[in-house]
Amino acid sequence: MKLSRREALVLAIGSVAAAAIPMTAYAAVEEAIATFTGGAAVGDAGVTLTAPEIAENGNTVPVSVSAPGATSILIVAAGNPTPGVCQFNFGEAAGAQAASTRMRLATTQDVIAIAKMADGSFARASSEVKVTIGGCGG
Amino acid sequence: MANDVKPRVRVPKSAKAGESIVLKTLISHPMETGLRKDSSGAVIPRAIINRFTCEVAGKMVLDMTLEPAISTNPYIEFEAVIEEAGDIKFTWYDDDGSVYEDVKPITIA
Repeated sequence: MKLSRREALVLAIGSVAAAAIPMTAYAAVEEAIATFTGGAAVGDAGVTLTAPEIAENGNTVPVSVSAPGATSILIVAAGNPTPGVCQFNFGEAAGAQAASTRMRLATTQDVIAIAKMADGSFARASSEVKVTIGGCGG
Repeated sequence: MANDVKPRVRVPKSAKAGESIVLKTLISHPMETGLRKDSSGAVIPRAIINRFTCEVAGKMVLDMTLEPAISTNPYIEFEAVIEEAGDIKFTWYDDDGSVYEDVKPITIA
């Protein structure tokens, strides 16, 4: 296939634009996580994130997190217009370092949970949720 | 103040000393994200509950920060350890400065 100059230009601009959109969203997610961890290394074990594989309605997606020994847990939705979902800070009377809530998801995306442990280390878990109808009014 | 904000909580009537109980809370609130537009194209301003706390006998159980990605009528479920009879205090903080409170007593069985 031989491209004319015009076609080549359109292709080039299109691919740059397509690459740029996920890049900015990704940067916001990394920023939200970095604000929480302060740039510390994040391990894999110690936090459980429970979210449905398929959510028919993105307006109310149930999500549960559990991290024994954590002082706080941050939930981030990587594909939302604003990635932050919520942050649980557990106090001295907490029965378990676990909580459930319901969140909005704009589209099919990864949901990430970061737990801050009592010793200052961090753990991460993520889960992909497929969303049939997005939950941002669109 | 947003209209018709009504907190609902489910707390067992009694617990054994040192037992961990499950607390379920729901508050009716539109949780407007600030991203939606109305029919004329104007952005509907953000109006959400941005913080929720729960205390048992003055001790913090959960201090939660909520973002616009939390659904309408925020539902929160968590656990608390009950050491002695007393009040469980739930507090929601609205963007507009309103504070909604609910207090439930619990006894030791």
